[in-house]
Amino acid sequence: MFNAVFSQIILVLLLIKIIFNLKGEIMRKSLFIVLSSILLIVGGQAAFSGGHSVTLDDVKARGNLLCGVSTGAPGFATIDDSGKDVGFDVDYCRALAAAIFGDPMAVKFVGLTSAVRFTALAAGEVDILARNTTWTYSRDTDLKQTFLGVNYYDGQGFMVKKDLGVNSTLELDGATVCIQVGTTTELNLADYFKENGMSYEPVPTADNAESQQQYLAGACDTYTTDASALHGTRVNLENPDDHLVLPEIISKEPLGPLVRHGDDNWADIGRWVLNALIIAEEKGITKANIDSWKDTKDAEIHRLLGTGDDDILAMVGLPKNAMYNAIKAGGNYGEIFENNLGATSGINIERGVNASWTKGGILYSPPFR
Amino acid sequence: MKASAPPKTESFKLSMLLSDTRYRGTSLQVITFIIFVAVFFWLVDNTLKNLALLGKDVSFNFLFLRAGYDINQRLIPYTSDSTHGRAAFVGILNTLLVAFVGCFFATILGLFVGILRLSKNWLVAKLMSIYIEGFRNVPVLLWIVMIFALLTEFTPAPKAFKGADPQATMLLFDSIAVTNRGTYFPAPIFGEGSFWLLLSFILSILIVIFIKQYANKQKKETGKSLPTFWISILTIILPTLGLYFLIGKPISLEYPYLKGFNFKDGIHLRNSFLALTLALALYTSAFIAEIVRAGILAISKGQTEAAASLGLRPNKIMNLIILPQALRIIVPPLISNYLNLTKNSSLAIAVGYMDVRGTLGGITLNQTGRELESMLLLMGFYLCVSLLISSVINYYNRSFQIVVR
Repeated sequence: MFNAVFSQIILVLLLIKIIFNLKGEIMRKSLFIVLSSILLIVGGQAAFSGGHSVTLDDVKARGNLLCGVSTGAPGFATIDDSGKDVGFDVDYCRALAAAIFGDPMAVKFVGLTSAVRFTALAAGEVDILARNTTWTYSRDTDLKQTFLGVNYYDGQGFMVKKDLGVNSTLELDGATVCIQVGTTTELNLADYFKENGMSYEPVPTADNAESQQQYLAGACDTYTTDASALHGTRVNLENPDDHLVLPEIISKEPLGPLVRHGDDNWADIGRWVLNALIIAEEKGITKANIDSWKDTKDAEIHRLLGTGDDDILAMVGLPKNAMYNAIKAGGNYGEIFENNLGATSGINIERGVNASWTKGGILYSPPFR
Repeated sequence: MKASAPPKTESFKLSMLLSDTRYRGTSLQVITFIIFVAVFFWLVDNTLKNLALLGKDVSFNFLFLRAGYDINQRLIPYTSDSTHGRAAFVGILNTLLVAFVGCFFATILGLFVGILRLSKNWLVAKLMSIYIEGFRNVPVLLWIVMIFALLTEFTPAPKAFKGADPQATMLLFDSIAVTNRGTYFPAPIFGEGSFWLLLSFILSILIVIFIKQYANKQKKETGKSLPTFWISILTIILPTLGLYFLIGKPISLEYPYLKGFNFKDGIHLRNSFLALTLALALYTSAFIAEIVRAGILAISKGQTEAAASLGLRPNKIMNLIILPQALRIIVPPLISNYLNLTKNSSLAIAVGYMDVRGTLGGITLNQTGRELESMLLLMGFYLCVSLLISSVINYYNRSFQIVVR
């Protein structure tokens, strides 16, 4: 790549030399303009091909993290009354920013629709995507993304108005279904109705807000998306009690943050910040009591909080107290869940499978050593 | 021997390519062309290299893979088991449908509004001005969204048609249902013998065309105009109608009816289609109206006065003298408005209409992650359609330009 750029620059320099040997003032001027624009383009290319550099360096140089989140998914990423970004995905990015900079506010949130999220990530518009995105084989391989783990085990559900008189998804034959385009739910929906020999009419929408509006206007009988988002949407409706999330979950939707292929070090950082939050819950480390573990005999906690002698976080280029800052930012996984999706938030989603493995869930982090 | 000194020829020097006016034009073109090609190749090369850096290749194989998603409006059979290529084709047909219907209504509406804006009636002229300025000066996306909102918010849900004392009823003897999901019309069912009916219908039209031509010929030769209007209408209606009852009503209507959540059967015009087509037609008609007005105003007033002094009535002056001449001015800018309408139809996603931008450039692009390939195909498609439209209308345009003998 650099050879190519070099040879191009040399070529251009040669051309310039030729031109200045020529006579004719006007000619020289016009050609000079053409050539300087070529030079500019070549310069641009050199800047473009700088994809080799580590994302972490870019982030540090920029001074903030660019985090791709949903344009509005209650509980996951929304803007509160004071104009602050809040949500489950938002808090993860804040923890990551805290790990890198020691400052949970050193993050810029970029709202992305489900349709443009992968393109935005691949093009480098965001450093990390935490946008309730389902981990699938083809996204991992064909779309060239690296998933960092699962931060929420979800499944696709359906929401209907109670006066529709439907109590099961199997009664939805012939229904009109609002669905966000560019999602896995779109494919699950097609498969599920086909499997059960039912017909439906899809009404494609761009994002959650539009789906909600169409659903409320009665342009569709039911709105389908990840159950967590349905619960989040329902509590924010005018009369939540008029709406019902049907009991069936028709798919597995493991949601997690992701980065683009090619920067394993950056992926490691994101993955271990997530793991640190999960381990913190396992160990009982909370935002409030995080400073009281200095004398613990648990070596893993010392490694995690950077209170011991080892500085294993230097391996990924983070400060020794990075995970301390990450947990301090918004609390451990359980606290983040509780504040954004659990009882505190009013959305009231049960922990269910998303509880720690020590409490009957399937949330299990590899050891921090 | 006569010493004829050879004419002193200036030896050719390389610098003359740029300093000599004889060569300068050509050499400049050559240089520009080389630079153009170089920049083009550099762009392609850079794209491919950066894609390789991301670990992506350029491949169109995804078009032959199972699509896996459903499309609501299909003009050809399509299921989620069909390929991405077929999904793209379904989208292409949907785009063409909107473009065709939109252009049709935009032209008719534009013609009327344009002529009416020149009306001597103060109120009519002002109303048309308001219409034109209103539609022309608001972005078409807003019109699309607004019409869609009106169609979904202020029409009853299918549920409202249910029960012994329904809140909403169907129009025109229970044949048309206007709902917030679209409008349902009765669909014609072609039974046995419809073929003969169609044949007789086409024959009638051919006969009418023949009558018209004969009447025109008579008019040119003798100056008398024959009364063709009523004869034409009767020729079209009577034989076909007679045959319809003779064969035993082969064409019947299938009425939409409420079943489960939605209306079944009949022709379903979705609100997304209605909103998009209506908005595009209204928006473009405002531009066409201005073109029509410009075309008419460009015809010298003397033409009108001359025609009037011959005793022609105003509508005859418009139809026989002004419009044929104005068309020569109107058609070229009309093409660019048709092209605009076709390209503006890619705003369909705003109301969830599944055009080619929604299938190939939307869902397929997202599910396969083939951004570059999808976008190239999309651009190729819009380019082809635009070139096709402009070449067809250019051909039509050439047919009535003044032939200089």
